[in-house]
Amino acid sequence: MLRQTEGSQAVARTVAMCRPEVICAYPISPQTHIVETLSDLVRTGELAPCEFISVESEFAAMSVAIGASATGARAYTATASQGLLYMAEALFNAAGLGLPIVMTVANRAIGAPINIWNDHSDTMSQRDSGWIQLYAETNQEALDLHPQAFKLAEALSLPVMVCMDGFILTHAYERVDLPDQDQIDAFLPPYEPRQVLDPAEPVTIGAMVGPEAFSEVKYLAHAKQIQALDLIPEIAAEFAGMFGRDSGGLLRAYRADDAETIVVALGSVLGTIEDTVDELRDQGVKIGALAIKSFRPFPLEEVRAALAHAERVVVLEKALAVGIGGIVSANVRMALSGIQLHGYTVIAGLGGRPITTASLHTLFKEAIADELQPLTFLDMNWEIVQRELDRQRMDHRPGPHAENILRDIGIVAARSH
Amino acid sequence: MFQVRIHGRGGQGVVTAAEMLSVAAFIEGRHAQAFPSFGSERTGAPVVAFCRIDDKEIRAREPISEPDAVIVQDPTLLHQVNLFDGLGPDAYILINTERTFQELGMGDFVKQFRPERLLTVPATELAREHLGRPIPNAVLLGGFAALSGLVSIDSVAQAIREKFSGRLADGNVAAAEAAFEFVRAEMQEVTHA
Repeated sequence: MLRQTEGSQAVARTVAMCRPEVICAYPISPQTHIVETLSDLVRTGELAPCEFISVESEFAAMSVAIGASATGARAYTATASQGLLYMAEALFNAAGLGLPIVMTVANRAIGAPINIWNDHSDTMSQRDSGWIQLYAETNQEALDLHPQAFKLAEALSLPVMVCMDGFILTHAYERVDLPDQDQIDAFLPPYEPRQVLDPAEPVTIGAMVGPEAFSEVKYLAHAKQIQALDLIPEIAAEFAGMFGRDSGGLLRAYRADDAETIVVALGSVLGTIEDTVDELRDQGVKIGALAIKSFRPFPLEEVRAALAHAERVVVLEKALAVGIGGIVSANVRMALSGIQLHGYTVIAGLGGRPITTASLHTLFKEAIADELQPLTFLDMNWEIVQRELDRQRMDHRPGPHAENILRDIGIVAARSH
Repeated sequence: MFQVRIHGRGGQGVVTAAEMLSVAAFIEGRHAQAFPSFGSERTGAPVVAFCRIDDKEIRAREPISEPDAVIVQDPTLLHQVNLFDGLGPDAYILINTERTFQELGMGDFVKQFRPERLLTVPATELAREHLGRPIPNAVLLGGFAALSGLVSIDSVAQAIREKFSGRLADGNVAAAEAAFEFVRAEMQEVTHA
């Protein structure tokens, strides 16, 4: 049914149709509306049977999800930003134990400095936690990815993160096609656990493993993610067959077939990128885009096939690996090893800075002229940066960066002392 | 594509107004996208929300910097925020106030715009009268429907009923309809003048 609604509401309603039996949550912006809506659906009995557990922290949220999943319940939670970091230890445990938990991450920056706005620093920091990571471009895709995520998680016995841009998607009202309960039931059968804690048939889950077998157990987690490279497109195709729309999969190329320049990105920024690609195409520029939908597992071969014919690749990413630059770029370059082309990393949209068509237009023109630096920061205020660098060099106690820069741009009026 | 920027203060329903406008456009079979200027929503603080309306899927996700229309829910923002940034000469401006543009000190400023696309409407007073509360957001949407013709007053009323129920819905719909009639009458005056 077509509805004009908020992204968080649409996701919550679709998650409810996936019939989770345990939802554990701790509120954090910009994810809060999702679990608020779910708690309401449990309270009114619309989502039943389901136990909604308000926990005392994100660490507890993931620990409860681990416990629930290990006893055979379909378990769901959602978080963002520092909340995801607070879960970090339990994230590795959920993945290492092979528990098919599904979690929505409403992508948000990581402090310090504290910032509640969108970028991908949170999920990128957990890319090697063993979780599958799927990135949504639109609210429609965000909700469609949830039944796919449960199906994938349970087929492989691995946890899956559905990553959607905080605020930009979670708080946007737009048209979505909400599935029916019957459709979801037909697509997603009840959870049949591969391993289960059952008093009637006692087993141990989570044994200590020494050097004699640790590598083998770890390798099996990798092998399962590699299986996901086949399963993700299969599930997306099955979804398209039943629901009549394309959502998910490993990659999606846009006007890339004859493109000399291809822009690679993840998440909702693809919309603005595609608008810019259309503008440039109208001017005769051979440019296209590639959306990476599955970041873990990373589809090396598919990315290579999609980009190999290009002359240059611009990877636009919403996270900064301090000390080297790009994270997605490093993965893309691995996919392209041995292929000669111009490769550019662009760090954009950090801490919620808008990524505009105007800026992208200029950026892509510079890329096409091969005038970009290998590592470029979109819309960076270099004057402010230089002033702070000078201050750090000249002054023996220059004070904290964030406060100095806020004073420079006039947001904080307080004087330095 | 038609782009609307709504300015107000936290507590006046700025974000809800943008959402309701998007619902009204959706009811008419159009694509619409509404979103807030994230993170700044605190009671009394300046808040901005956006709404894009188009006949095809809307892919852009950036804030609206060159709006086709600006709705101002609180005239005390006039000297605090750049309310009219990025407006072209064909833009619509709707301000919640009992005063005229002249009385607001905007007489010279608005000369660059088309007079039939500029209006002030006493939305807070209409809300007090019909709703019993000084919340101008839904009321202004009624006025905006009349000013711009972008959405019908029936769609606005339906969108209000999707967000609110009971007396809140009835009051808001009545106030929006009153604003619609008020603006229509004012516009006839402009046309005949």
